[in-house]
Amino acid sequence: MEILVCVKRVPDTAENEFELNSEGNDLDRDDLVYSVNEWDNYAVEEAIQIVDNLGGSITVVTVGDDEAEEVLRREMAMGANNGVLLSDEAFEGSDGKGIATILKAEVEKGNYDLILTGAQADEGAGQIGGMLAAMLDYPYASLVNKIEPADGKIKVGREIEGGNQEMNEIELPCVLSIQTGINEPRYVGIRGIRKVASVDIPVKGAGDLGLDAGSVGEAGAKIKRVDYFVPDLGDGAEMLEGSTDEIVEKLIEKLKAKGGL
Amino acid sequence: MTQIFAYVPFKNGVAEDVALEFPGAAKKIDAGASVTAVVTGSGADLDKVAGELTKVYSEVIKIDNAAMAYPNAEVVRKALTNIIPAGAIVLVAHDTFGMDLAPGLSIKLESAYAADVVDFEGMDGSTLKIVRQELGGAVSTHVTCDASAGAVLTIRPGTFAPVDGSASGAVVDKSGDAGDLSAKRTFLEVVEAEVGEVDITKSDVLVSIGRGIEDEDNIEIAQELADAMGAVVSCSRPIVDAKWLEKSRQVGTSGQTVKPKVYMAMGISGSFQHMGGIKGNPFIVAVNKNPKAPIFQVADVGIVEDILEFMPALQEAIEAL
Repeated sequence: MEILVCVKRVPDTAENEFELNSEGNDLDRDDLVYSVNEWDNYAVEEAIQIVDNLGGSITVVTVGDDEAEEVLRREMAMGANNGVLLSDEAFEGSDGKGIATILKAEVEKGNYDLILTGAQADEGAGQIGGMLAAMLDYPYASLVNKIEPADGKIKVGREIEGGNQEMNEIELPCVLSIQTGINEPRYVGIRGIRKVASVDIPVKGAGDLGLDAGSVGEAGAKIKRVDYFVPDLGDGAEMLEGSTDEIVEKLIEKLKAKGGL
Repeated sequence: MTQIFAYVPFKNGVAEDVALEFPGAAKKIDAGASVTAVVTGSGADLDKVAGELTKVYSEVIKIDNAAMAYPNAEVVRKALTNIIPAGAIVLVAHDTFGMDLAPGLSIKLESAYAADVVDFEGMDGSTLKIVRQELGGAVSTHVTCDASAGAVLTIRPGTFAPVDGSASGAVVDKSGDAGDLSAKRTFLEVVEAEVGEVDITKSDVLVSIGRGIEDEDNIEIAQELADAMGAVVSCSRPIVDAKWLEKSRQVGTSGQTVKPKVYMAMGISGSFQHMGGIKGNPFIVAVNKNPKAPIFQVADVGIVEDILEFMPALQEAIEAL
């Protein structure tokens, strides 16, 4: 099975407290900690388990700048065989459709049976897999939490409301977006990262992919971010302050009143 | 005039609540827009829901085909692509089906796509102003959407105010226009969630843990607090992903829907998927060491502390009562 996994470098929500910059229109990015999108680790782990069982190879791909290369190396340290960085000034400002267009061009350069993405990333749209599949006319399933390969097709479970699982049979080649919890992604140590530190990762731009620069990037984008802001949601919570003992005392009074004790 | 279509999901002949929220969302896009509901399925359930929707929408398009008896996104996409006119705005719920359907639909309709919209701030020419959230709800963003060639927009369920059903519309049967509905994906079955040892939906008080618990061994700390309170331990998604608690303990749209009197959110950031599983307006206490955690926007009481230190302190004080 030849598998392509699409990954993304994102601000780590577990490691950052997000604040706006002094102009109030963008995140304060100076001290942001970036990592690979959490969902993508599950996708790469799933690819590794499939290849362990059935043979084949795994390529990880991302669209981004030079710094995005680090997430490819991390996923290669996990066990992906190859990495490809799709990078070009013309890609900047791409919306979801632009990213899917870029990835489609790379998919068509290979011969993949299975293309995996994370179910969503930092923007929370969950759009790339479905767009890419529609562009390629491949079948698609989102929020996949189980994969059972069979001959020429696979059985996939989708996570649906209420903790239920929807089972489908899907023809190959196909695109699947992977939900967290499908497996337990393996740990990547410093030693693993070192091993792949000098592996060559090809970089491809619009020209290499045969892309018209006007179809991607800001020029091709129908969706454009104007600014970031912190919404005014009214008062929010009543914050209890003081020493821990004082807070505990205040909280117990409230819990008594509300039926919590 | 903007033409807006709302794809209404339903189960067992009953429309999901979002059916009443689409008209409000459409009004925020363009107050003068005509809004048409679209339902796909097969047989009596479809007829029932289409009939009910005429109380909310002046026009309800139904597409009846055995291939859509269970909503297979690939099949529904094909039907919608043949029925939705070019340049229209299509509203879809940002739920597990909408996420399966909508991105690909936007490609086939050659229109713009914006996901998980929480608000609209009107339309300027053909440019739509949209409010979304990013980074798990930590920040909001304004985005513009060029809808000159139409747009597919998923809206977050529960965000737009529901309308009263006071219309007396008509059902239009477009089953004959659906075209070829063959698909490379076949629905097999729904595997129901396993019932766990503990039923978190029955408890009046939940001590619910998230990433802030940090380690599997620390779950005991939450359990001891729950014991002291006569409560049950529930959790957010990352705890189940890590296999530290069983799936039946998970609160959220992809887990259980709970209606406690008191909800103790311990080290939970408060994503909308998690909050979507909490109904009945409980008293929410949030403890989180990150003062910017989104949970503080929706909680009744907030405490900025490390739960690993706070929970034992609270437990001790409760036991001393």
